[in-house]
Amino acid sequence: MNSFKRNLQEILKYPSAIAGSLIILLLVIVAGIVLATIPYSEAIRLWRGGEEVWYANPQYAPPAWINYFRKEKLPVSFSLDSLETDGEKIVTTFEDVDGTTSRTNITYTFDFQADVVPQEMSLYFDAVYVSKQPFVSIKWITPDGRELRVGDFGVDKRMTYRLSQDEKLKRRLGGVVPMVGLFADPNSETGVPLKGTYQLVLESVSFEKDSSIHAEFVFFGQVFGLAGTDHLRRDLTLPLLYGVPIALAFGLLAALGTSVLTMIIAAIGAWYGGWVDELIQRITEVNLVLPFLSILIMVGTFYSRSIWTILGVTVLLSIFTGGIKGFRAIFLQVKESAYIEAARAYGSSDIRVIFKYLIPRMIPLLIPGLVSSVPAFVFLEASLAILGLGDPVLPTWGKIINDAQTNAALYKGLYYWVLEPAVLLMITGLGFAMLGFALDRIFNPRLRGI
Amino acid sequence: MTDKQRDVLLSIQDLHVWFELRRFGFGHAGYVKAVDGVTFDLHFGETIAIVGESGCGKSSLMKTILGLNKPTKGKVIFENLDVGALSGEALRQYRAHIGYVQQDPFGALAPFMNVQQILEEPLLINGVKDAAERERRVRKVMEEVKLTPVDDFLHKFPHMLSGGQQQRVVIARAIILEPKLVVADEPVSMLDASVRVEILKLLRGLQEKYHMAVIYITHDLSTVRYFSERVFVMYAGNVVEKAPVNSIVHNPKHPYTAALMDATSDPDANNALTMRELPPGEPPSLVNPPPGCRFHPRCPKRIENLCEVEEPYDLQADDHLVSCWLYK
Ligand SMILES: Nc1ncnc2c1ncn2[C@@H]1O[C@H](COP(=O)(O)OP(=O)(O)O)[C@@H](O)[C@H]1O
Ligand code: SF4
Ligand SMILES: [Mg+2]
Repeated sequence: MNSFKRNLQEILKYPSAIAGSLIILLLVIVAGIVLATIPYSEAIRLWRGGEEVWYANPQYAPPAWINYFRKEKLPVSFSLDSLETDGEKIVTTFEDVDGTTSRTNITYTFDFQADVVPQEMSLYFDAVYVSKQPFVSIKWITPDGRELRVGDFGVDKRMTYRLSQDEKLKRRLGGVVPMVGLFADPNSETGVPLKGTYQLVLESVSFEKDSSIHAEFVFFGQVFGLAGTDHLRRDLTLPLLYGVPIALAFGLLAALGTSVLTMIIAAIGAWYGGWVDELIQRITEVNLVLPFLSILIMVGTFYSRSIWTILGVTVLLSIFTGGIKGFRAIFLQVKESAYIEAARAYGSSDIRVIFKYLIPRMIPLLIPGLVSSVPAFVFLEASLAILGLGDPVLPTWGKIINDAQTNAALYKGLYYWVLEPAVLLMITGLGFAMLGFALDRIFNPRLRGI
Repeated sequence: MTDKQRDVLLSIQDLHVWFELRRFGFGHAGYVKAVDGVTFDLHFGETIAIVGESGCGKSSLMKTILGLNKPTKGKVIFENLDVGALSGEALRQYRAHIGYVQQDPFGALAPFMNVQQILEEPLLINGVKDAAERERRVRKVMEEVKLTPVDDFLHKFPHMLSGGQQQRVVIARAIILEPKLVVADEPVSMLDASVRVEILKLLRGLQEKYHMAVIYITHDLSTVRYFSERVFVMYAGNVVEKAPVNSIVHNPKHPYTAALMDATSDPDANNALTMRELPPGEPPSLVNPPPGCRFHPRCPKRIENLCEVEEPYDLQADDHLVSCWLYK
């Protein structure tokens, strides 16, 4: 439509509209990429997965980038797997002449520049044998060249060795907890860790022909990745990213459904008048005094917490609100327009008048309202999740805050856990609000002349 | 009466159109008697003008003829069809037989449709399914109303047109279904004086070409000579004088018509085209009209003890029908 193009050009005159549009565009692109790269079932599997999925992550770790804002740098988590090719490790295998005994050396090398020791270091062994266990002996080589014996033991088929829980190692280190002992600078009295390149060397011997041994070294630092982790070691980038399409879908669908249905029902009421209008008015008045959130909470508690149910109930309860009165007032005015009288005079049916003459006149008013109402619905979905009534399977922003709350994140000083989803919610709300305000200013002066 | 004897197209019989006044949305508070006992016949191809002050019920009468208002009492008979008894689909179809030209051309055009869409609507609604046929008819009617070159106007939106061009679109829409009757409700009162005559001549030309009957409504007596054969003067819901156009201009019978003519023949300036200054006094309330002759509070020739008591009926005076006791 011609006037639509003109309105679009006018949008470009408002910086807030451009900023808002860019934010929305960015969110939409992210949502598209997320949905394309992480299939729904995979997202759910990861989100619902426990230790077996997330074992290699530290617990309660803030995102790695907080080091930029700290004087005392925290160690970043990582893992090195002897099976995978990347990372600083060397795997060498010697075979004995008789072909039964073989030796495998695995050396993990990493650079340590933090001012704080890690939470933990673990080795996840994966050994193949029939009856005779392979044997491994582990050495720790510090940047200043000291060599410390960590442990010697037979390896089970699947086995986890946590350095900090090894009592023998603790004794060998003079009674200090292994993480402190292993990183301690011998020349310092305050116990600050020594910076530089460390090595963990595994020398293993296996005693059967096809026996082999692999090990993944996981360094549980104090910080992790882009978004940090939660109490279940889950990488928060997953719910933060997957929350984008869910928030957008919920917000947009609810806003669209509510505005369009409100408008159609208001148009029908205003056009037919009489008992139809009365009925709509009375339903609205009753609905206005019903507690919206309480009904949602009841539905969530007793019926279903599925996001689709909540969406449907939200739309249903939002149709019959103040908006319907606003639309009705304008429709009553538009209804008297000469062009509608003309349409009736050349034989338009009621339905045609409503959909072809009444409603199109409202589109300019509908669009700003629709865009401006998106944040409210996004926040609503998050609020329900925070109250523990979010969709039980979906990873969403509200769910993150809910987890943070139940795990006393703010009390423990884990601000990132609450702030990351909160900031995304705010940015999303801001994007739609800025665009909505600008659209309102563009569209509404024209409407005063109805 | 015209000399030609023609068949009756539209017959209005003792028509009353009352609007109920409600207090607080329900309690009854009387009626606005917008049309209160109007009777006349309109013949095929005839043009009549209905003249009267603003608020005297002209539009209400027209909307009843169009089937937009229901008659409270009395009948509207269009070609043997009792319009008041129609409803639903039959009423919808009936409406399409009458062209309707409104007062405010900009308001009469949907702002979100272009000229082509606007003109196609009556065709679409009335079953012209073939798009090529629709376009042919739209182009033809645009030529008729001189919206040429057609291609320049076809895709324009109403706000891009001048008032005169907008009114040409409205006229085109009114005649696109080739109606037997066109109702023009003050079609030029909101236009610039410079284009009024042009638009009236256009309407007149179309009327002659297609032998349509036209009811031309105006509050301005000076424009009726462009048009009509007969003039009906309306006052407070009644038709007070029916007369041929030449005779009414030179020889008004009803005191109200005479007052209108004085106002119109005022040699001084543009005021002549409006009738604000005459006759003295306010138009009467339509809820509680004055008893007897409704014009008596303003009438200079009032007959005491008669005019304010008894309501006059149509009396013959030469070739006029006048509702006034002076002609008893
Ligand atoms: N739908 C309606 N409801 C109530 N009153 C009406 C309605 N339409 C017109 N009226 C009243 O009827 C009277 C005549 O109006 P109208 O027919 O528009 O006069 P005119 O066209 O001669 O100016 C006015 O007092 C007006 O307020
Ligand atoms: S009936 Fe009487 S009051 Fe009415 S117009 Fe005639 S003279 Fe005047
Ligand atoms: Mg009028």
